[in-house]
Amino acid sequence: MARLIKTEKEVEGRYEDVWLVVEEDPLEQWPAGARTIVGQETVRVDAPQRIRGEARYTADLQFPGMLHTAVLRSPHAHARVKSIDRERALAAAGVRGVLGPGEAKGLEDVAGYHGAPVAAVAAETFAQAQAALEQLGAEWEVLEPALDPDRSERHDDPNRYERGDLEAGLAEADVVVEAEYRTQSVLHNSFETHQAVCRWEGDVLEVYISTQYIWGIRDSVASELDLPPDKVRVVCEYMGGGFGSKNSPDEYTFVAAELAKRTGRPVRCALTRREENLAAGNRNATIQRLVAGARSDGTLTALGGEFVNSVGWSGWNASTDGPMRMLYDCPNVRTVVHGAKINTPPMKAFRAPGFVEGTFGLECLLDELAAKLDLDPLELRRKNYAHATNDRPYSSKNLMECYRRAETHWERRHEVRSRSDGPWKRGVGLASQIWYGGGGPPSYAWIRVGSDGRATVITAMQDIGTGTRTAMAQIAAEELGIPVDRVEVSLGDSARGPFASISAGSSTVPSMGPAVRQAAHDAKRQILEIASQRYDREERVLDLKDGDVVSTDGNLLIPLTEVVGLLDDAQVLGKGARGPNPTGMNVLTFGCHVAEVAVDVETGEVQVERIAAIHDVGRVISPLQASSQVEGGVIQGIGHTLSEERLLDPHSGAVLTQTLDAYRLPTIADVPEIVMDLVDEPDEHLTNLGSKGLGEPPIIPVAAAIANAIRDATGADVRSLPITREEMLRALREAEERAKAKDKVAAGSS
Amino acid sequence: MDAASATTELALIRCTYGDTRTRSVPDLKINGQSYDLDVPVGHSLAQVLREELGLTGTKVACGEGHCGACTVLVGGLPMLSCITLVHTLDGAEVTTIEGLRDHPLVDAFLRTDAVQCGFCTPGQIVSASALVAANPSPSREEIRHAMSGNLCRCGTYPKIEEAIATWNEH
Repeated sequence: MARLIKTEKEVEGRYEDVWLVVEEDPLEQWPAGARTIVGQETVRVDAPQRIRGEARYTADLQFPGMLHTAVLRSPHAHARVKSIDRERALAAAGVRGVLGPGEAKGLEDVAGYHGAPVAAVAAETFAQAQAALEQLGAEWEVLEPALDPDRSERHDDPNRYERGDLEAGLAEADVVVEAEYRTQSVLHNSFETHQAVCRWEGDVLEVYISTQYIWGIRDSVASELDLPPDKVRVVCEYMGGGFGSKNSPDEYTFVAAELAKRTGRPVRCALTRREENLAAGNRNATIQRLVAGARSDGTLTALGGEFVNSVGWSGWNASTDGPMRMLYDCPNVRTVVHGAKINTPPMKAFRAPGFVEGTFGLECLLDELAAKLDLDPLELRRKNYAHATNDRPYSSKNLMECYRRAETHWERRHEVRSRSDGPWKRGVGLASQIWYGGGGPPSYAWIRVGSDGRATVITAMQDIGTGTRTAMAQIAAEELGIPVDRVEVSLGDSARGPFASISAGSSTVPSMGPAVRQAAHDAKRQILEIASQRYDREERVLDLKDGDVVSTDGNLLIPLTEVVGLLDDAQVLGKGARGPNPTGMNVLTFGCHVAEVAVDVETGEVQVERIAAIHDVGRVISPLQASSQVEGGVIQGIGHTLSEERLLDPHSGAVLTQTLDAYRLPTIADVPEIVMDLVDEPDEHLTNLGSKGLGEPPIIPVAAAIANAIRDATGADVRSLPITREEMLRALREAEERAKAKDKVAAGSS
Repeated sequence: MDAASATTELALIRCTYGDTRTRSVPDLKINGQSYDLDVPVGHSLAQVLREELGLTGTKVACGEGHCGACTVLVGGLPMLSCITLVHTLDGAEVTTIEGLRDHPLVDAFLRTDAVQCGFCTPGQIVSASALVAANPSPSREEIRHAMSGNLCRCGTYPKIEEAIATWNEH
């Protein structure tokens, strides 16, 4: 029977009560450790299609009669379009439709940033559509752009947090450190740009789109076009990356839908790389003015921070103060996070939004404090270990184990420093990580076992590229006792499977995995019931193992194909749902990175030589794909730390880094040695798997670990990302002056 | 002229002089098959492969020769198909990912998990195939040098290096 319960749902740190239907009793977790299939290295089940170029991405879809769209974007950071000449554009070669401001969601006559969409043209070819933009003859009234986040308009409702008394905490501190940190805006640069193809099939609007959330697209498009949600079918079989930027639809989706409606033709609207780097989102820049106080033994007494997020023209105010609120056991904490509205492209979620930026500030501040206290940075972190956040216990926390495993890497610092050579100084730094990643309900999965003994998992989720199909296949195969190559995973189509969660917030495995396991268990139960009746055995002595139905006394072994083969073409159908999260607990992920760097103190060049990444994310389902996630996060983190920055013209607000030669992504030549270590301890309170997510954690501590290694190597405090040669040389000069002043004081007092 | 208006300019040229007006490429070999094509002036090889021939394994991620996703072999050497005008290739032999599907590198990438979203991967395979054809046992340094023009936003680089370093070991 369906049971209706009320439960808590966490979305990036905010809790809300939701109604949830629970259909079955929860399953016991598997014992800790690698199982027959779960926890074992498995090749990615959809790798052949992707590697051989057979996988069809939205970018690859062609429909007969498909029109192509070009979008008119503002060349100014702040402007109003006074007029456009629709008729002249409509008369241009190949043009079949024009949309002006207000004619599709996202097209507006006031442009708040360089690249803001204003109008759109659909034509027989993309080149014709692009050429027709010129025929629109847009006339602009250029407005003054606001570009300084410290002077611009701020959101009315800054996020405020307080526990204890910050001033009292600072008063009782033996040592206080204060510092201002700045982080830059970086661009997602998913390799498949944001795009959609819309076409009508009868009264159903089909939306083919590169998205992290099929169901969110369905609801937004249905609402915008005033359609019943089931009259919108959303398809995303394969997508070329997202990193948080494809959580929701934007103008390109609504433009394609509206033009398909008006022209009756299939319509593609795809951003070019340059448009992608203007208008598809970014990690917002931050300013962080931080203070920390501690007793001489290292006990934290106070943490305070004023944060300014440059969210752009729109966008939300991420929890840049999250690490300061949550990472340490400190009685007195006060933070305020302002969202600054400026005339730059709007931010979007980017792999652990807020926490990547906030961890850079907090974990650098902790090391500056350790230096001042003359304490070991690892010991300082252990000393202030948190056992609860806001009086909520953790469902599981193995950060102390991460620190223990970090010791061997941390110990290398003596040897690493001794390898300093001439202008090249070497050092080691560490930083901790805290983030969400527990997932949550609702999410559903079906499973179909055919008479050939093969199973198909069916659920309308999407695979952002993390190995979703592989993890789901492993979970289903483990529960059904069949080899993983007998499981297909069918996903990516809202018309083909049940509701599934967003591929964001490190939630795929923790949200979907338990539903898939329960669906497989439901099918398994039915198969054993069938076998029990056919072979006259008690059901409780039967099990599925290695593709056979076996009895626990060992004297029955029937191939699964024979049991389900009884059904001919009929199938065993299982269904499963994600249960609730543990009430009253924080479900969080933890980790610690140890970085080794070399700094050329003459030129300011920084080379990262090694990063050890140790993470606690509960049970590990797919170790091979998990290692790929960790490496990918670390490498994106290195780009964020050393080379990536969206540059603006300081006067006009124009984005200067639209191309991949100007915007510097890491290459294969920039990759250091990466050592991964996952604690792999199931969270006993969390679902039938005990697994948390791993997508975001590995990028979080990278910048601070590198900056702290630079301090270890050179004594210089870098406080601004990216750590360009200019920033490195500035920090070195500052350290030199500080040392000189200290010497002077010492000389004066002797 | 700024970059945006250069793009528009190019589009205008294509629209005014090309797109509907075609010219033939009578002798183009793609994956061993001979083609006599009649395609719009100004079309890139990537456009022809993807839009005219349905060979969508070749991906376009930047469209201006910066990322390597569109790499194909022309006469056995890696070339960026998104900035190669197809009409310059008359008489050439082109190999795309579709012609390399049974290359041992495919299995090496599979085995080492050298793929995440997969959008850059066909281009990585093509570049790697040129490398191992010229140098069957490349050093790690040589791999990094040869592959640094193929960007990957997911960060599969360590696995790509591993795949190429061990491509003929299985």
